[in-house]
Amino acid sequence: MERFRMIFQYFQSNTESVMNGICGLLALASVKIYTSFDFSCPCLPRYNMAYGLGVMFIPPVTLFFCGLILNRQSLVMLEEWSRPQGSRKKDLAVIRYMCSSIMQRAMVAPIVWIIVTLLDGKCLICAFSGSVDPEKFVGFANTTPVQVQQLLAKVPCKDDELMRNNTSRKAVSRYLRCWSQALGWSILLILIVAAFLARWLRPCFNQVTLLQARHWSNYIDIEQKIFEETCCEHSRQFAHKCILHFFESMRQEIKQHSFRLPREGEGAEREEDLLWGITNQDEVNKLLKMWYYQKPPLNV
Amino acid sequence: MDKFRMIFQFLQSNQESFMNGICGIMALASAQMYSAFDFNCPCLPHYNLAYGLGILLVPPFILFLLGFVLNNNVSMLAEEWRRPQGHRGKDPAVLRYMFCSMAQRAMIAPVVWVSVTLLDGKCITCAFCTSVPVETLGNTSHPGFSQGEMKRVLARIPCKEIYDGQELIANEVAVRYLRCISQALGWCFVLLMTTLAFLVRSLRPCFTQAVFLKSRYWSHYIDIERKLFDETCAEHARSFARVCIQQFFEGMSTDLAAARCHPPRKTPADAGEAAEKLLGITDQSTMNSVLKSWHRCKPPLHLHQPALPSSNGWAQQEHPPAHSPVPRREMAAYYSRV
Repeated sequence: MERFRMIFQYFQSNTESVMNGICGLLALASVKIYTSFDFSCPCLPRYNMAYGLGVMFIPPVTLFFCGLILNRQSLVMLEEWSRPQGSRKKDLAVIRYMCSSIMQRAMVAPIVWIIVTLLDGKCLICAFSGSVDPEKFVGFANTTPVQVQQLLAKVPCKDDELMRNNTSRKAVSRYLRCWSQALGWSILLILIVAAFLARWLRPCFNQVTLLQARHWSNYIDIEQKIFEETCCEHSRQFAHKCILHFFESMRQEIKQHSFRLPREGEGAEREEDLLWGITNQDEVNKLLKMWYYQKPPLNV
Repeated sequence: MDKFRMIFQFLQSNQESFMNGICGIMALASAQMYSAFDFNCPCLPHYNLAYGLGILLVPPFILFLLGFVLNNNVSMLAEEWRRPQGHRGKDPAVLRYMFCSMAQRAMIAPVVWVSVTLLDGKCITCAFCTSVPVETLGNTSHPGFSQGEMKRVLARIPCKEIYDGQELIANEVAVRYLRCISQALGWCFVLLMTTLAFLVRSLRPCFTQAVFLKSRYWSHYIDIERKLFDETCAEHARSFARVCIQQFFEGMSTDLAAARCHPPRKTPADAGEAAEKLLGITDQSTMNSVLKSWHRCKPPLHLHQPALPSSNGWAQQEHPPAHSPVPRREMAAYYSRV
């Protein structure tokens, strides 16, 4: 009983910390992927915007799905949502609570990616270099519109032969990076303020419902784990009985066919138990053949 | 029994995490292998496509097969698939479940390889450099290149040191273009795989939960049954070997004593454990004969009944089971205590 209680407490505390750990790992992984990803802007008029915005938004969607997949609780929630009512009522508040906690954790890695992208600036420079007003920059003011587009599109590529020593390129780049970083910091500030407010103000609204929902969502999770463990235990016992029956039936068969006299003595009995009356090579081979060709029925 | 159960639960809970661990290690290994691999584009018109696509597609296939090889449950699946029906019906849902779970784990390393390859860009650059749109990116007005010449020049794009078509199309422009396409493909591939995985995982509880629970239970059962059967057979083999060897020693001791025409030395009732363990062999020459006989003439795999203590001293002859054709040993154990 003591052991059971300790295991119970372990599971209770551990699901939350496991999920938080996965969330944190995914956030670190997203930073690592960004730093190891070799960003190379195509520097062509229409491709820049697609590439820049693609790199900024597609990986976060992927990270969001990964966050949902790696979270065990999302399966539990889906099962609870789709199960037939049966004898147990379904509480929508519990499902909503689970859904919101899963979404919050899954959103962390995508937000980290977007913020890192904005603070670094390369994506925005690549995407919006063609949309900058050329009049503001000396080097691009006196050229035809088509040429301006071509030149502006090459701004993200420092090593391009046209842009190598162009000071206006640096000006445009700095301008866009400034906007990008401002946007990044603003988004970070807004999110942190929102999280702070949500956490502080939550106890003022529906605290009882929240406590109940949290309790029952933990309960559903633990119940499922224990059900799986009990099934494992049961299948082990089932298999044990099945194999005992099989060996016993082999022993009966051999007893019928042979004329062995019963052995006497306690030591002999113990040994015989372990031998199951199978005492020569042919009998062993027959047992193994029967096991393959005619597995016993699943009926103990 | 308690200890056994705890160990068992540990293994059971741990096998899933063990398999997931192998999966993760293979994914990391595939990323590491790619970065350690020295990619060398041949820079020749037809070879580029073959090399590039080969590097993109052949290693994932190998990694997929390796994922199956490293999975212990493959032999279990094959055994369950091939066994004759006998008294126990076969459930195709269980086989499908086992195969699907193995295939899903084996897919991870190949997907990682393809993603890393596409995001890096070297393969696509090498494979498709001859298909770069020169009209939009370069100077088509540049004369003097026939179709074949142009292909030959474009094929050298990945090899910067020998590229000689700078007037036709700048090397950096072409490389940037190809790399952009490759990375776009890579991210789309990653998004597609993740979406598929998410759909598979989230639609299952909505549609086939009962069948899933059944298949999972029976596939665990088959695994556990196989392990328990192996353990029971191992226990049986141990007992068989122990009795066989004991009978060999006893047989040898009585044979040798009979050959020397004195009766077998009976261990007195109060001799103690050590004396019993000697099994009647108490001198060097006897031991040497035993060892020689063990090497030259191992006993048959046929345990016989021990001699029953009867008043007139006649030993019990073996009763061979009706269906056993094992030949008897030449030196039969017999006594005469008349």
